[in-house]
Amino acid sequence: MSQERNLLELTAHEAHDLIQQGEVTASELTAAYLDQIERYDNDVNAYLLVTRERAQEESGRSDSNGGPLNGLPTAIKDVLCTRGIATTCASRMLENYVPPYTATCVRRLQDAGIVTLGKTNMDEFAMGSSTENSAFGPTRNPWDLERVPGGSSGGSAAAVAAGEAIWALGSDTGGSIRQPAAFCGVVGLKPTYGSVSRYGLVAFASSFDQVGPITKDVKDAALMMQHLVGKDPCDSTSVEHPSGIAIPADRDLSGVRIGVVQELMAGGIEPGVMEVFTNAVKKLEAAGAEIGEASLPHSEYALAAYYILAPAEASANLARFDGVRYGLRAKGAEGISDMYEQTRNLGFGDEVKRRIMLGTYALSSGYYDAYYGQAQKVRTLIVNDFAQALSEFDILISPTAPTTAFKLGEKTGDPLTMYLSDICTIPVNLAGLPGVSLPAGYADGLPVGLQMIGPAFSESALLQAARGAEIAISLGSTASPLIRERS
Amino acid sequence: MAVTNDDVRYVAKLARLQIEEGELARYSQQLSTILGHIDKLSQLDLSDVEPTSHVLKLANVMREDVSRPSLTRDDALANGPEVESGAFRVPQILEAEE
Repeated sequence: MSQERNLLELTAHEAHDLIQQGEVTASELTAAYLDQIERYDNDVNAYLLVTRERAQEESGRSDSNGGPLNGLPTAIKDVLCTRGIATTCASRMLENYVPPYTATCVRRLQDAGIVTLGKTNMDEFAMGSSTENSAFGPTRNPWDLERVPGGSSGGSAAAVAAGEAIWALGSDTGGSIRQPAAFCGVVGLKPTYGSVSRYGLVAFASSFDQVGPITKDVKDAALMMQHLVGKDPCDSTSVEHPSGIAIPADRDLSGVRIGVVQELMAGGIEPGVMEVFTNAVKKLEAAGAEIGEASLPHSEYALAAYYILAPAEASANLARFDGVRYGLRAKGAEGISDMYEQTRNLGFGDEVKRRIMLGTYALSSGYYDAYYGQAQKVRTLIVNDFAQALSEFDILISPTAPTTAFKLGEKTGDPLTMYLSDICTIPVNLAGLPGVSLPAGYADGLPVGLQMIGPAFSESALLQAARGAEIAISLGSTASPLIRERS
Repeated sequence: MAVTNDDVRYVAKLARLQIEEGELARYSQQLSTILGHIDKLSQLDLSDVEPTSHVLKLANVMREDVSRPSLTRDDALANGPEVESGAFRVPQILEAEE
């Protein structure tokens, strides 16, 4: 057994302990990850930019002094601004953009001592469910390179699954952390809205967007979250987390009331996914959980409401890309209007244009009440549904996604079919609740995710239940073939 | 809801997007399919339901009215596609009426 394999299989909390004990140095750890990137990222394309020299320099510094996350090699979704490091949102529009400031969540991790490995691929402006909407080529799933990693944080999830990062930052507007985590067999947490600062997160839909961790296990998600949460004067929608984040104990699920959301299993869930999910529920019950049937009666309207509200917010947020202050500018335009239109035509890909048009349409005169107004009211019903269900149960569960990772190109011609990939995750964003996806098993060799949802700001209890589920499901090593190949 | 090519042209204009003629049919077909799903929202009678624009009950988040360091002019201009004399240069903004 080589030392290198050991390093790539370590979770962040294990690596942290070994670094503290002097068993492993930050330089060795970072070198192992950079080596894995060198070896496999031509195939996986998880990274848009690898900051090799910076990572080496930071890990060298980590060897001599340490913060609480000292030396942990971290990948950052390219939707998060990093001062002096290009931040593209996987768009031609921002191909050459170098931010003058760093996102608060990234700065907090850097202050705690992480090593920055680079910026990860994504669907352009975080709009998509497969990372095929990247202007710089798709990311491939480390479990099967012919398949997508999910999206929009597909690069971050693939990097963790491929052993190309010990953990990663993602962002989730309708499932963009949880669905790729499920497809890649890793853990992904979408925090309660407001618990992590959005300052420096390039905005997609501001009332939904949250930054969160993609990790190898549940404890790592808690560890990163401890350093992400907190009120930030630069984001007026951020709040102090009322209870903080506790690292979950190795405990079973005795006394935890878990509701299986009936509507999220009503149709469209692949048989293989359903089988893994049903088996997982049995294991949770065997571990002491009290299982019951929960209901979110309006969840069948969630996708429709989301695809009005999120594009409406996006159409306003993406108005800033006008070729004036940063980003692309079309050459040879005649006058300002022509410059705007040509710039946005060249800079945005198809899906971004589609969503801007959808949002503009929903907000336009004559349609506002029928679409935007109606969708905001449906949002209220979804919020109320969750409040009711979470008064009866501590945790709600469902499959994270209706399918396992699909083949590249399989859904790109049909936007609505692609949108349905997020049918189980979107209701959670409408209500602003925390949701975590963890590996539940495999269907035809591909990972299946279990989604667990809790009340607002219940991250500690949610992650404790997720840890209980992780022990109950007991998959052993969840390392993808690209990590196991190295043994 | 059937979206026509004219609808796409109109919405693209509002959003300052230039959609090529050859792409209109594809976008109108895709947007029609998506809106066809969204139309299920109209099945619900929501006359008694209050809208939710935001899940946190926050209002008027204030800060102290004191100055603090911000971006330098050079930093703010560094990504400008065309910069001149400490300002962003833009094409002519006064145009003849179409």
